[in-house]
Amino acid sequence: MTANDARPSLNRLAETLSSLAEAFRCPALYLAVLGYALMLGFWYLTVQVLKLPRFAQMPALTDVLKEWFSRDPAYGVSIFTRIYYQHILVSLRRIGIAFALATSLGVPVGLMLGWSKTFRDYVFPLFEMLRPIPILAWVPLAIIMLPGDELPVVYLTFLASFFATALNTMLGVRSIDPSYALAAQCLGASRWRIFAEVIVPGALPFIFTGLQISIGVAWFSLVAAEMISGQFGLGYLINTSYTTVQYPTLVIAMFTLGIIGFSTSALVRRVGEALMTWRTRQLAMDGRG
Amino acid sequence: MSADQVSRGALSLDNVVKIYDPDGASVMAVDHCSLQVEAGEICMIVGPSGCGKTSLLNAIAGFHEIDGGSIRLDGQPLCGPARRQAPIGPDRVVVFQNGALFPWKSNLENIAFGPVAQGWLSRAEARERARVMMAEAGLAGYEDEYPGQVSSGLRRRVEIVRALINDPAVLLLDEPYRALDALTKSVLHEALLEIYYKTRKTIFFITHDLEEAIFLGHRVVVMTARPCRPKRIFEIDIPHPRDYSVLTSKRFREIAAEVAEAVNEEALKSFVRGEKEG
Amino acid sequence: MSSEVSLSVAGHERRSSRVNLRRKLFAVSTRRAAISILLALLLWQLGASGPGWLGARIPIIGAAPSPVAVAEAWSHLVADPHYWRSWYLSLFRVLFGFASATLVGVPFGLLLAVNPTFRRISYPVFELLRPIPPLAWVPASIIFWPTQELSIAFVIFIGAFYTIVINVLGGAEAIDIRLIQAARSMGASRGNIFWRLILPGVAPSIRVGMEVAIGITWEVVVAAEMISSGSGGAGGGLGFFIWNSYIGGSYPNIVVGMISIGIAGYASSAAVRLAATRLTPWQRS
Repeated sequence: MTANDARPSLNRLAETLSSLAEAFRCPALYLAVLGYALMLGFWYLTVQVLKLPRFAQMPALTDVLKEWFSRDPAYGVSIFTRIYYQHILVSLRRIGIAFALATSLGVPVGLMLGWSKTFRDYVFPLFEMLRPIPILAWVPLAIIMLPGDELPVVYLTFLASFFATALNTMLGVRSIDPSYALAAQCLGASRWRIFAEVIVPGALPFIFTGLQISIGVAWFSLVAAEMISGQFGLGYLINTSYTTVQYPTLVIAMFTLGIIGFSTSALVRRVGEALMTWRTRQLAMDGRG
Repeated sequence: MSADQVSRGALSLDNVVKIYDPDGASVMAVDHCSLQVEAGEICMIVGPSGCGKTSLLNAIAGFHEIDGGSIRLDGQPLCGPARRQAPIGPDRVVVFQNGALFPWKSNLENIAFGPVAQGWLSRAEARERARVMMAEAGLAGYEDEYPGQVSSGLRRRVEIVRALINDPAVLLLDEPYRALDALTKSVLHEALLEIYYKTRKTIFFITHDLEEAIFLGHRVVVMTARPCRPKRIFEIDIPHPRDYSVLTSKRFREIAAEVAEAVNEEALKSFVRGEKEG
Repeated sequence: MSSEVSLSVAGHERRSSRVNLRRKLFAVSTRRAAISILLALLLWQLGASGPGWLGARIPIIGAAPSPVAVAEAWSHLVADPHYWRSWYLSLFRVLFGFASATLVGVPFGLLLAVNPTFRRISYPVFELLRPIPPLAWVPASIIFWPTQELSIAFVIFIGAFYTIVINVLGGAEAIDIRLIQAARSMGASRGNIFWRLILPGVAPSIRVGMEVAIGITWEVVVAAEMISSGSGGAGGGLGFFIWNSYIGGSYPNIVVGMISIGIAGYASSAAVRLAATRLTPWQRS
């Protein structure tokens, strides 16, 4: 094949890449691809080609890929096995419950903390005393106090998410431009109306930023809790594949975690954008969207 | 226009004192300021940055308390020795410097907010009335847009209509056109005057812009540098209704020169002290 | 309205009544705080000692050790050198992990901000690995690193590293482009712009990043200590102390451990905040 023959297909490749780049809003997609390639290449080189001693125990890239996409995986976990999705679903279910509870409790508490000095005076000291305790430090107490295996795991995830949501919501309320509340008062709004029609919508952008942090924190806690105690779930999978020396599965679990975690974050962000169309439009007008 | 409309909104400031206490050090912002604003008057307040004029407006609006003196509206006390802070209410609506339209409500919903909040119109009725007022103010077509989508000039006009729908006694404007360019400003000035001629509201307007002050106002009150009190009051004897040709008239230029001299004296004091703007 | 210039105007200084007013306000807040804390402690005590006065065990809270038991356990532990050694180990790990994450993370973040090519290559990989919680790296880390200490340090590093880089990046992007343009128009070299403009401009974000990262560091330290102790390692530290107390059945010690970590975490955050404020003297928190 001469250089002239190669050109049309190269052109087509370039076109595909650039339209993909637009789809992903990534200006230099080829550089991103290069980045991934470098990372994977580094992995491949150090483990399989150079066989560096430090990397001797690491699973090979090709092994991981083969395992992940094989119909009959050696260690029983691939995209074709049922158990893979069971682990994913169990983790997702726990995150779902914990996050939902944390949000439905955290947002109101945060709003009250931001809005009412009385509430803040009574509740915030307790809140700030409990918050520095790392979530995992609660594990033994949670196991002792809460019945069953599921409840401690969900509780720990809930706790982490709750603190993040409540704190960010509170900060959000206090960051609202005071002019809005003053303007509403001038216009004759009652305290309740100011809360419902000014404070809550005004805090919404901050609340959603908090929720994105919160879901990240929830995953953090969930994985830790699953690693320590629990059946099923991606954290559990990571732990067991490590203890049973099934390292390709370990890497599969880690990457799956990354992808799922990213997706849930993106989902939260999308919901936020949908609820605050006024803001998306405003940002777009400012040239930032 | 009935006589009632013209006789509302007389403000009487009597030896008002306001002291701030940041970090333990007392700063007097308003020093025994006395001023009478007639009903239906456009009263422009001019002074160097940070002199305390916004404190006056805040006191009238009820955003904070005063430390001495009293303020009355149409003879009724708003705040004084018995009651240090005026109640905030729709009889004295404020239009803010950086705009305070609710970004999450459409322009129409913003305007409709007041009557619904106060309960004298249902939501549907308020929206109808807002629509009518927007049309009168030349804002038809922007009802369902969000404040973030329209120009800042338009936003200011919406905010003024939002204030007016409540039929306030006094319109309190805190440098509302400060951040706008000269071209937009001139359009807004004429729009404001149009509204004034229709409604004859008392307007208490704080500004830096001398031309704006002289163009719009019946009287221009030049405030001293901090702590502020009226230094000189100029009667602008250019007849209403005014249009922009007034700007190039001889009388305008004469007044502008006098006012500028008074203001510059105070501005220099403020500058030398290195005071931060309010 | 801000009147930040403290100018005492002749003849009109009102000192005492204003300051007193502030003191009174503080008193109300602290009173309420005291009330709610005492109330919480009381409820905890009553709940935990359910069998004693109610005759039956209250679910959930009934299983927990009571505040009195915790206080008692703590009075014994204060004399125990192992307890203080746990403190020392955890603090050491936190310090080490945090310091290394900062030393690597800040330059990395700055490089990402300043060099577009580097950014386009590295950032996608960075973002892809970011959602993986630090703890998920523990087994991989143990496999890879020769000693347990290094593997824990690596995990801590990852936790703090991401936070710092994100904050540095955000801070660098937020620098007003006009400042840079002004500097260029005055003839500043690239080096000058970097050291005198970008670095100080990013300093507040570095500060925020550090404050958040120290919290995450504690989370990871405790988690890593608990996990590695689970697999038979004798790593020590406060996390290990808690887990050990759980295995050994001394439940009040668990709570002592929790509170100790809480205090240590709070103190480190305060220390970081203090140190970071030196970085940005022009910004009042």
